[in-house]
Amino acid sequence: MKSVKDWFKKISKKPLFLPLFSVFLVLVINVIYDAVQGNYIFSFFTFELKEGALYGRIVDILNRGSEAAILAIGMTLVVSSSGGTDISVGSVMSLAGSLCCMLLAGFGVTHVRGPEELQMPIWVGAVAGIAIAGVVGLFNGFLVARMKIQPMVATLIFFTAGRAIGLLLTNNKMVYILLDEFKWFGLGKTWILPTPTVIAAICIALMVLVLRFTSLGMYVQSVGINPRASRIAGINSAAIILLCYIICGLYAGVAGIVATSRIYSADSNNIGLNLELDAILAVALGGNSLGGGRFNLAGSIIGAYTIQAITTTMYALGVAKAQAPVYKAIIVILIVVVQSPAVKAYFAHRKAQKESLAIAGRS
Amino acid sequence: MTFPGVKALQNVDFTLREGEIHALMGENGAGKSTLIKCLTGVNDFEQGEIQMEGKSIRNHSTLDAQKNGISTVYQEVNLCPNLSVAENLFIGREPLTKIGVINRKAMMNRARELMQKLDIQVDVTKTLDSYSIAIQQMIAIARAVDMECKVLILDEPTSSLDDKEVEKLFTLMRSLRDQGIGIIFVTHFLEQVYAVCDRITVLRNGQLVGEYQIADLPRLKLVAAMMGKDFDDLQSIKSKEDETVFGEMEIEAKGLSHARKIKPFDLDIHKGEVIGLTGLLGSGRSELARCIYGADKAQTGTLKVGGREAKINAPIDAMRLGMGLLPDDRKAEGIVEDLSVRENIMLAMQSLKGVRAKIPMDKQMEITKKYIELLEIKTPSTETLVKQLSGGNQQKVIIARWLATDPDFLILDEPTRGIDVGTKTEIQKLVVDLARQGKSVIFISSEIEEMLRTCNRLAVLRDGEKVGELTENLTQESVMKAIAGGERN
Repeated sequence: MKSVKDWFKKISKKPLFLPLFSVFLVLVINVIYDAVQGNYIFSFFTFELKEGALYGRIVDILNRGSEAAILAIGMTLVVSSSGGTDISVGSVMSLAGSLCCMLLAGFGVTHVRGPEELQMPIWVGAVAGIAIAGVVGLFNGFLVARMKIQPMVATLIFFTAGRAIGLLLTNNKMVYILLDEFKWFGLGKTWILPTPTVIAAICIALMVLVLRFTSLGMYVQSVGINPRASRIAGINSAAIILLCYIICGLYAGVAGIVATSRIYSADSNNIGLNLELDAILAVALGGNSLGGGRFNLAGSIIGAYTIQAITTTMYALGVAKAQAPVYKAIIVILIVVVQSPAVKAYFAHRKAQKESLAIAGRS
Repeated sequence: MTFPGVKALQNVDFTLREGEIHALMGENGAGKSTLIKCLTGVNDFEQGEIQMEGKSIRNHSTLDAQKNGISTVYQEVNLCPNLSVAENLFIGREPLTKIGVINRKAMMNRARELMQKLDIQVDVTKTLDSYSIAIQQMIAIARAVDMECKVLILDEPTSSLDDKEVEKLFTLMRSLRDQGIGIIFVTHFLEQVYAVCDRITVLRNGQLVGEYQIADLPRLKLVAAMMGKDFDDLQSIKSKEDETVFGEMEIEAKGLSHARKIKPFDLDIHKGEVIGLTGLLGSGRSELARCIYGADKAQTGTLKVGGREAKINAPIDAMRLGMGLLPDDRKAEGIVEDLSVRENIMLAMQSLKGVRAKIPMDKQMEITKKYIELLEIKTPSTETLVKQLSGGNQQKVIIARWLATDPDFLILDEPTRGIDVGTKTEIQKLVVDLARQGKSVIFISSEIEEMLRTCNRLAVLRDGEKVGELTENLTQESVMKAIAGGERN
């Protein structure tokens, strides 16, 4: 019994404990649900190979959580370096998708039904979409890093303007790209996996490699914690913050292409709607302070998938789509409160008290 | 109360009488700050009791403490820099009008009265950050004094004050004492203890060493009690032969200036030379050094480094030329508090190498361990967050950060402020050692004695202007005279 307690004590100190613990909770709820329903109790964990594609609830969560996970990567850097959030990412997703579709279809054209109607190769359109998102990131970063405007105010500009510009580009119409090649990003499969999960994995892997083989991570955290001290130590704080916003923008662009491909159309009003909030929440769930400073990328990514897992579980439990956010909010409150400094301080205090008493008892 | 790896305070008894000034002494990490935090409710304690006028009290927050009549002024000014002086004085207890709105006029008037009473010359309507740290400190004390306190705790209040301001503070402390207020005075300046205190309590490693009447504890015994060993003879660290010949020119500054901070100045520094910048607080000591380093970009003049003309737009340019700057404000510009000891040490070296050339982890560990050992940094591990270390150890971490870059020219701005006597001596020795290795050092300190021990030459500053240099006959008296200037005696 004691060893279990010790083991629990030890793992509960790991930085990733809480995000992982929340995933675990969601899984338990699923198992209980299946048991109550009389299903095979581990049906949550089952995978099925149908027509060369993998199916299952976990695959579904990973698939649908892709955009939020991709956004969470960039958001983590932005939060860490500038102590603020980029609230424009949802709109930027929509802008990237709109530009991509407009370029592929041609201005004013609403349907592309065959490859011969394409104005340019699909990959060029996708790259252009991602590039415009990068430019928006540059703009946001310039306002925050050089003009010293508060991140939320600076990114509010594209939060409001992004979708409107998207509508301008698509001439206020839905632009459909009814080609399998285009649907591949959001609906296709790569080997046996849904393509979005693969794209998300590549995005994550890229960032992990960058953090592993450069000192960007230390710079970002240093700038986020104390920009003045960082400057004295030779770090160009403004350049680092700018870079974080560009990366965040580029990732938003990638997420935008995936989201657009899922509905194979540029629906400027709905692509990425409210996703910036999920991305910010993912960062917070991952145990990162929204005040900037130290960050934990793995936490943010797990946070993003946790949010998706909660949503998927809600639907599985038969919660109506309209009510799901209420339950989601309750779970989020629980997770955030458990991670809060006040609760942590309380437990630290209890522990110290016990130790002191133990020492006093011995002497 | 525990800090990682160290028990911060253990079974300490402390008594403060009515109407006395009681010095609380000890090296960094001795537990002075922890004791104070326990008294004022910042930290909770696990064992023991606080009695005040015979009643047992327990403070759960500073607000509790204030209600019980215990006010504190900390080393770092804990006020709101963007509010006016008057607002800062009355935060949380603003005079109200009949309808419950803040009575600004009454607040301003009371603030002015208070400032006049304490002889602090400020415009109470201006924001706090338009005044120097010294003035901010005085305002913090004024705020505490005005709260009808019975116990006033002053935690290193004099660290950023110059002699005149210190004297003013002492006058104030004495008059408060005569009104029956008990004052706990924490300081690293021994002279100040003997100038103003009645009794001394000494702590070491979280434990009580003893309580003494001031007359029973001469200076040497006090130092011995604090350090737990005999006092290292400070006079001996600089030998005579160090003062003779220097290498070639390292830095030649001509007409450098920064608007409103430092007027155009010339300064030559040789290899292997320690040059001290001396002057009153706000005389431009730090500003001169920052101007050379590019922390505040020089607006006029030329700078030659190693004989070649240098363009310095930002600190990184200076670093590439082999410079390093240890800033005077450790908390604001020195440590990156939420990074680990290792990361803090590696920071400057890594930024010199650039973001793409990450220093491999085993190399990082090697360097970190080397400096932890060399400078005797007390830390539970290399991955401990630097904010969890005591002030002196934090300062050593920043010194390690610069030593790791192997600089040719190091600027140390108040490296010994708020640091215990033992570490002070270590840092002074280090400076002399660096010079012996042929490196150049600018050393800035408010303690003239310390400058005399380490510097070969002193540049004197007054009101943002370099007014002269002293090379021969460096004595406390001659330096004081130079600082004060001809018109004063």
